[in-house]
Amino acid sequence: MTATEMKERLVGRALKRREDPKLITGHGNYLDDIKLPGMLHIALVRSPYAHAKIVSIDASKALAMPGVVAVFTGKDMLDINPMPAAWQAAGVKNYPVPPRALAVDKVALVGDPVAMVVAENRYIARDAADLVEVEYEPLPAVVDARKAVEPGAPQIHEAAPNNIVFEWECGNKDAADAAIASAEVVVKEEIINQRLIPTPMETRGSIARYDPLTGEWTVWMTSQAPHVHRLLLTAFVFGVPETKLRCIAPNVGGGFGQKIFCYNDMAFTMWAARKLGRPVKFVEDRSENYKYSTHGRDHITEAELAGTRDGKITGLRVKTWANIGAYFSTVAAGIPTTLYGRIITGVYKIPAAYVHVTGAYTNTAMVDAYRGAGRPEASYLIERMVDRFAAEIGMDPAEVRRKNFIQPEDFPYDNGLGLLPYDSGNYEPALNKALEIAGYAEFRKQQEELRKQGRYLGIGISSYVEICGIAPSAWMGGQGWGAGLWESANVRVHLTGKVVVTTGSLPHGQGLETTFAQIVADELGVPYEDVEIQWGDTQGTPFGYGTYGSRSLAVGGVAIKRSVDKIKEKARKLAAHLLEANEADIVFENGRAYVKGSPDKGKTIGELAAAAAVAYNLPPGMEPFLDETSYYDPPNCTFPFGTHVSIVEVDPETGHVKLLRYIAVDDCGNQINPLIVEGQIHGGIAQGLAQALYEGAVYNEDGQLLTGTLMDYAVPTAAMVPHIETDHTVTPSPVNPLGVKGAGEAGTIASAQCVMNAIIDALAPFGVKHLQMPATPERIWKAIHGK
Amino acid sequence: MTTITVTVNGIRYTSEVEPRLLLVHYLREHLNLTGTHIGCDTSQCGACVVHINGVSVKSCTTLAVQCDGAEITTIEGLSSDGQLHPLQEGFWEKHGLQCGFCTPGMIMAAADLLKRNPNPTEEEIRHGLEGNLCRCTGYENIVRAVRYAAEKMAAAQAAD
Repeated sequence: MTATEMKERLVGRALKRREDPKLITGHGNYLDDIKLPGMLHIALVRSPYAHAKIVSIDASKALAMPGVVAVFTGKDMLDINPMPAAWQAAGVKNYPVPPRALAVDKVALVGDPVAMVVAENRYIARDAADLVEVEYEPLPAVVDARKAVEPGAPQIHEAAPNNIVFEWECGNKDAADAAIASAEVVVKEEIINQRLIPTPMETRGSIARYDPLTGEWTVWMTSQAPHVHRLLLTAFVFGVPETKLRCIAPNVGGGFGQKIFCYNDMAFTMWAARKLGRPVKFVEDRSENYKYSTHGRDHITEAELAGTRDGKITGLRVKTWANIGAYFSTVAAGIPTTLYGRIITGVYKIPAAYVHVTGAYTNTAMVDAYRGAGRPEASYLIERMVDRFAAEIGMDPAEVRRKNFIQPEDFPYDNGLGLLPYDSGNYEPALNKALEIAGYAEFRKQQEELRKQGRYLGIGISSYVEICGIAPSAWMGGQGWGAGLWESANVRVHLTGKVVVTTGSLPHGQGLETTFAQIVADELGVPYEDVEIQWGDTQGTPFGYGTYGSRSLAVGGVAIKRSVDKIKEKARKLAAHLLEANEADIVFENGRAYVKGSPDKGKTIGELAAAAAVAYNLPPGMEPFLDETSYYDPPNCTFPFGTHVSIVEVDPETGHVKLLRYIAVDDCGNQINPLIVEGQIHGGIAQGLAQALYEGAVYNEDGQLLTGTLMDYAVPTAAMVPHIETDHTVTPSPVNPLGVKGAGEAGTIASAQCVMNAIIDALAPFGVKHLQMPATPERIWKAIHGK
Repeated sequence: MTTITVTVNGIRYTSEVEPRLLLVHYLREHLNLTGTHIGCDTSQCGACVVHINGVSVKSCTTLAVQCDGAEITTIEGLSSDGQLHPLQEGFWEKHGLQCGFCTPGMIMAAADLLKRNPNPTEEEIRHGLEGNLCRCTGYENIVRAVRYAAEKMAAAQAAD
């Protein structure tokens, strides 16, 4: 390659993923694939009651079984602290009661672990767990967040009077009250965002090994954030130096938020490994995952939206009860506050808005971040209310949206709810594009015609904005987040010219190895194959807060770019020295440094790396090696947006919904790998439309989880998801030098209301104004028949 | 304990197993073939699909002793001579996987589907894979991957 030939840029290209060959041949390395010499297996004894006192535990029969090594209860583990409550609601009093490794004295949900059996294999452990006799004294239970905070409700924790976790508010109450009191039109609705179970296909678990000579643990974990888990488990749970624990996330089989949190099994495997001097493994089965690992959503909301007859929205008042579950999960309070209330007005300029949220303990599984985390709840609420308002004033819902959109010239836009300003956006082109693909005007005519024939089609629009690349640390600190949110990266160019990147970000399906390598190859001008991305092991990667909140490109990826920039800066100095030129005259392109005007005389990045590594001839004062680390804390979050449109047909005889078309137009800023972006959008949409049509975690009044397995909880199959049509607009983010925003959660944030709006549009002739999710045939049939 | 003899990916094994041992645990724990995964406890997710005598079966609801004398193929045995199976290639080309956990079972189920129906429509693929759950992809690219494999296999057959 001569200096004038341009290396083909990889950023923007739909490269297939470099992480796939081992995964498609069965050579991935997931947690349960790991076997250690002498490893023992744990089975838990879990409470069958939602709320009860533990009267006694008798493990004698279990202990007598051959192959059983030990049985432990919560009282054995009082020497370690409960799990940390890391993100509390900002500016108000919180009553955090996080779980302990095992329950002590009482249980607060079905599945609460009361004892653990450690045995030579998993079959023996499970058999012996059945022999542990536990006597309980059942107590009354409560599963509904609004009922839990009413007077007379069963009290779950002494430390949390009236089951209240926090009461939080944002916005301007007086202004919202006034806007609603004086409005021409007010629509009011009770909106339930039902509880969902994230359901990564791999359940969760931990393997711990302890070295008594050094006092050090190694823990393999199904984790989206191993550095954070290392910090929390050492500094907060065990009270030992951080350096005593190495956390490794191997291949992780999906997370969707559920694997962000610090769980009891991380602690009890560490505790048991230390106690027994042998490695121990715990892996949930699916029904354990459903009972005890975190769930998502579960809001009950009373919403009022005010506006004028000609379609201007003038006010919004929202009162939400957020179910937190039986205990305080790691970042539980941040989700229904900062990530929900502060973006409640969505893509609209609403002059007066107010949100009040009550977080409540109930006798159910803990609720924490699930894909989208707060933003799907906000987006569902505002988009349903806008449609409800459009129907009330008899205006086209697309027109109401256009009338109230934040305009391109309004950015950076402060929504007045205590959020950082929206970075950039141009909402109408995305809406128009989606409507054009859908053939909106034509559809409306066809809809009218078909209604005359007794066929009920509907079209749903969802225009959304979300908060991604969550940071900066200084702002998040003020939001009650108990740490920073920067990311770091180290880039080294080895003597052979091969580049190794270590990152604290942690891919578990997002294809970050591929995306990051595309960026580095372009920025450094080296072959893509020469770039290796390493992650997942706290020994050997710099600190990172982890992969969630669609932040690994906009924060973690930018940290990598900045390290590459530093490498180039040093290489430029070295090139100037070796080529005997002024640094200012060095041109760096296509991985080669040369003197301006003499492109034939130059040094490749590989040659410079070798020169830096052997260090025979360095400029005075320069240290050997091209090795740079960056800590990147962005100045703002990023705000992806878009519009989704869906078309449904409802059978009025059966209440069955057929999803005829699903169209997604998303704007996540610049795209590094469009193949991966599209895949993220597809997957997100499937989860959101599943909320609209199929999924819902159901507890009975006694706190029994009725949807406790995949037989009862309706994760959709391929036949239940339609073909998805995707397109995009590109509005680069001004926040970071890559111009990226994030794409991991957009599909989920946009889709539930998109499908619900279509169904309710289809049902308009029956006078249906709102319907709770999931829109099952039964629920639709009842709505049609006024039951 | 019961003695069984099985042929897995072309290799013959004779093992002493408990009568209650599940095939998936036999493959994973005894033979260290960890490409076959466990994603549920009710036979819904299909992460554990393998072929027994050429037919796709959920190995989490099969006892190892039921397989005495059987020929079993797992994801590790699907490619031959270092050549990816067209389905493996299709999943890679079409981004038919994200976290990869469901992928082995999905590919094994799709291989059986293509054996029965070498040229499935989109709808037939969606229905044909109803026994397998994927939480990452929304299935769009899995459908494309299976179509890719069907076309590739048809082209290869036409060339023969």
